[in-house]
Amino acid sequence: MNELVFFINKALISGAVAGSIYAIGAVGVTLVFSIMRFAHFAHADQMTFGALIVFFLTALFPGAGAALGIPTPLLMLPLAMLATSVLAIGIDKAFYKPLREHGVKPIVIVIASLGVTLMLQGIIRLFAGTSSRSLYIEESKAIFRLDLPGDLASRPLVITEPQILLIVFTILAVFGLHLFLNRTRMGKAMRAMSDNPDLARVSGIDTNKVVMVTWVLAGCLAAAAGTFLSLDVSLSPDLSFFLLLPIFAAAIVGGVGHPYGAIAGGFLVGYAETLSVFNWSVLLRPINHWFPEWMEIPRNLSLVGTEYKIVVPFFILVVVLIWRPTGIFKGKVI
Amino acid sequence: MSLLNATQVEGGYGGMNILKGVDMAIDKEDIGVIVGPNGAGKSTMLKAIFGLVEVNGGDIQLRGQSIANLAPNKLVELGMGFIPQEKNIFPSMTVEENLEMGAYIKPQETARMLEKIYGFFPPLKEKRKQPAGELSGGQRQMVAMGRALMTEPTLLLLDEPTAGLSPLYMQEIFDRIVEINKAGVGVLMVEQNAKQALEIATKGFVLASGQNLYTDSGHNLLNDPEVAKSFLGG
Amino acid sequence: MLAKLFDKYPDLPLRELVVAALVLVALLFVFLSQGNAYSLRMLVEAACYAIIALGLTIQWGYGGQFNAGVMGFVALGGFCAMSFSMPVNTEFWNSDLPGRLGQTFLWGLVGIALVVAVSQVHRLGVPKKLRTILTIILALIVWMVFRSLFDPVTSAIESEVDFVGGLGMPAWIGWLMGGLLAGVVGYFIGHICLGLRSDYLAIATLGIAEIIKAFLKNADWLTRGTATVSPLPWPTPGPGELGFIWARSLYLVITAVMIVAIFYLLQKAYNAPWGRMIRAIRDNEISARAMGKNIEKRRLEVFVFGCVLIGIGGGALTSFNGIFDATGYLPLNHTFLVLVMVILGGPGNNLGTILGALLVYIIWVMSEPLALWIMQLFADLGSGAFGWDAPDNLSSRALQARVFVIGLLIVLVLRYAPKGLMPEKLKHIS
Ligand SMILES: Nc1ncnc2c1ncn2[C@@H]1O[C@H](COP(=O)(O)OP(=O)(O)O)[C@@H](O)[C@H]1O
Ligand SMILES: [Mg+2]
Repeated sequence: MNELVFFINKALISGAVAGSIYAIGAVGVTLVFSIMRFAHFAHADQMTFGALIVFFLTALFPGAGAALGIPTPLLMLPLAMLATSVLAIGIDKAFYKPLREHGVKPIVIVIASLGVTLMLQGIIRLFAGTSSRSLYIEESKAIFRLDLPGDLASRPLVITEPQILLIVFTILAVFGLHLFLNRTRMGKAMRAMSDNPDLARVSGIDTNKVVMVTWVLAGCLAAAAGTFLSLDVSLSPDLSFFLLLPIFAAAIVGGVGHPYGAIAGGFLVGYAETLSVFNWSVLLRPINHWFPEWMEIPRNLSLVGTEYKIVVPFFILVVVLIWRPTGIFKGKVI
Repeated sequence: MSLLNATQVEGGYGGMNILKGVDMAIDKEDIGVIVGPNGAGKSTMLKAIFGLVEVNGGDIQLRGQSIANLAPNKLVELGMGFIPQEKNIFPSMTVEENLEMGAYIKPQETARMLEKIYGFFPPLKEKRKQPAGELSGGQRQMVAMGRALMTEPTLLLLDEPTAGLSPLYMQEIFDRIVEINKAGVGVLMVEQNAKQALEIATKGFVLASGQNLYTDSGHNLLNDPEVAKSFLGG
Repeated sequence: MLAKLFDKYPDLPLRELVVAALVLVALLFVFLSQGNAYSLRMLVEAACYAIIALGLTIQWGYGGQFNAGVMGFVALGGFCAMSFSMPVNTEFWNSDLPGRLGQTFLWGLVGIALVVAVSQVHRLGVPKKLRTILTIILALIVWMVFRSLFDPVTSAIESEVDFVGGLGMPAWIGWLMGGLLAGVVGYFIGHICLGLRSDYLAIATLGIAEIIKAFLKNADWLTRGTATVSPLPWPTPGPGELGFIWARSLYLVITAVMIVAIFYLLQKAYNAPWGRMIRAIRDNEISARAMGKNIEKRRLEVFVFGCVLIGIGGGALTSFNGIFDATGYLPLNHTFLVLVMVILGGPGNNLGTILGALLVYIIWVMSEPLALWIMQLFADLGSGAFGWDAPDNLSSRALQARVFVIGLLIVLVLRYAPKGLMPEKLKHIS
């Protein structure tokens, strides 16, 4: 049973954490894509930006959360969401909108978003340096160890506070997004614009406002994902670069422009990544005696070494691009 | 004062003028039909009226007020509706959501108008929860028309509403257009099925190479041997 | 006076002359302020970058394809330059390791054959779903078995003979092979992505670049990984024999000859029917398709050709640096800097790209001391006037300022000079 607990800790929970981060990121990317039709490369840096704002605010008021009984970073998250949304709208106004109105090809805006990525990275490192730091400044990360009943296993299930927060947030965000897109006027207008931007204009929908709301959503989700990831691990300015590929892979796997697909894609990529670096020999050990003498279980039975983790999302991406470029779910092609 | 009065309209895409001085006038009780060969600029004219193509010469007036180069959402507020030639629905949204989008600028009217449109196009009521992209061609056209009617426009522009429809559906659509017109909505439409369209037209415009070739009543155009020979297939 | 000159000769290429003069002035400034040896080194590096930039200008300028993974192809070129030019590791070849390595690769081939065979069993009447599942399971098993065979061999290589070593060939062969390898990888990426939305290519190339780097960094048996390989031999006599100035000058001559040759070929290709077709496809895909052109094939040619040049340039650059360090390939230096060179110089304009490469590289190299100087100035002012404490790591922060500047440059050029300093001269094809 210890092995199973190990599997749950190292594979199921880790996969859910990675999957949640990728899902939230991919939803942001996919929303921006479905409204403005370009792959927004600077999304991951908006995550870092959001987390950085949380860090600064937490450093300024380290005890604020304790008064309410929640971690201070969580208290600061709404402010960071606001700041990131404002940043996203500002970037759009300054850099993307003029290009869009000039009628350039989408790929030119993609290049501009790479330029924005560099600018953000430069600024973030200029102010925050390159070292990584913990978001828990005066508090400590709560770690929950759940002992299994009886003598089933001597090891406990381990889950940390930020992991629980992240998973809860993901569920709430998915639910909220669903309601927003299907029940509100603005949400429906977003779907309409994603479906047929010309007809949306003809119907009298204020497309500029839709664009703005999209950036607000993307900014909020980015700030949240960045903060939860930094809470779970630590805040490092390099964060974004390693998130970029899995997030885009998730968005494409789910079919760009489909928010629900992006969520599924995020968890698919997250679990694929976790399970392929998971050492499966641990699970085989209890049934070792079933194997013949000569068949020794290797000590390491993972699909790829952890150093090649980055290959997994790329591999999935390429397979999906070959096999079904519009994503694993059937649906519209943009 | 006509409802819509376009005089010597010039305009086109990216600096190239497709329209080279087109005149058109429509009144509240009119059904205007634009016919002409492919590439004549019929769709471009409708788009120019609806602010989707830049107008760089002449003027377009709605009830005497210039509307040239106004943004489409302003025109919707002024009581105009436009049904593009193709891609005129939101395919992944349900029928009802398509209609709701039509009333985007008048959210408080949505419920009342939905009832009205469902009364006008009963098949849509049955399919209200179905994605519009899954409907048949004729029903899609109903969704497209319903969407444009949600704001109760006083002037409706339609680009080839019967393209690709079976004759049965075509007649149905034309009947509906007449009905809409009877209810006090000026109609201006482009049609490939020129003969049938001119039958219901009070005004006909023959366009070629971005210019007016003939302008007359629908009846007269139908009976004009020149027009019949060149544009109505003999 | 200048105006008169141009009145008299209206055909004088004004823009070209101004940009070239700008480059010359910048160059002169570097030579005067930094000395000959330093400036020559910078010039050789700039020349290598120019070759890389020419590769990207073909892809982006001629073909409208955005390759966001230039770094990966540069690294492939560098890897080949290292592998082919390093001396032969006799210890490795005299051991039983090459045989064992070969054997594992053979088993790998057998495994691939097996997987391919199983992927065809639907022809024998096996349902397609079952076939897919079988193939995937088999592929996973084959992969695991291959890994369990391969890992001991590579660890043995690392512990017994350090790494496999090189092939002892001249460096230029390594450069050419680098071009070839980059072209092959480019072929597969292009094959998958060129027919899809244009952003997919950007994402895929960005990913492949990181993967190439991850592989080179972790394949210690092949590249010594983070331990790096040096010194890499030059195709010309090294500084040990000739001194820095002459050795670098000679290297510069070689790269200059390469640039001239590539430039000549590109100009010819640009004006040949092939080049016209490429531009027709870029400018109006629909009408080109209607004219019955084989768009996919032409596109792939453009992309592969560009990758080849990037690989060659990467080889030359790595040889010149004298060290193969997989971690030294950075998106900022080897992808985005090249991108700025191309979009600033003028995508699709070969001369513009070369001048752009020189200019941007000079600015890039000089910006570090300049940024440091400015930051020092501000720090001094701050501490003098307000008693601020200057941040301790000014130099690393100055580096970050460069990241920002490169990004800013990209968005500014796209917005205000989308065709670069020297726009592509479009001759109208009648
Ligand atoms: N989006 C566009 N961009 C550039 N040219 C266009 C565009 N749409 C149509 N055209 C050109 O404008 C001319 C008139 O087109 P259109 O008004 O659609 O003709 P039709 O009378 O068949 O509706 C055609 O020559 C067409 O090629
Ligand atoms: Mg038309």
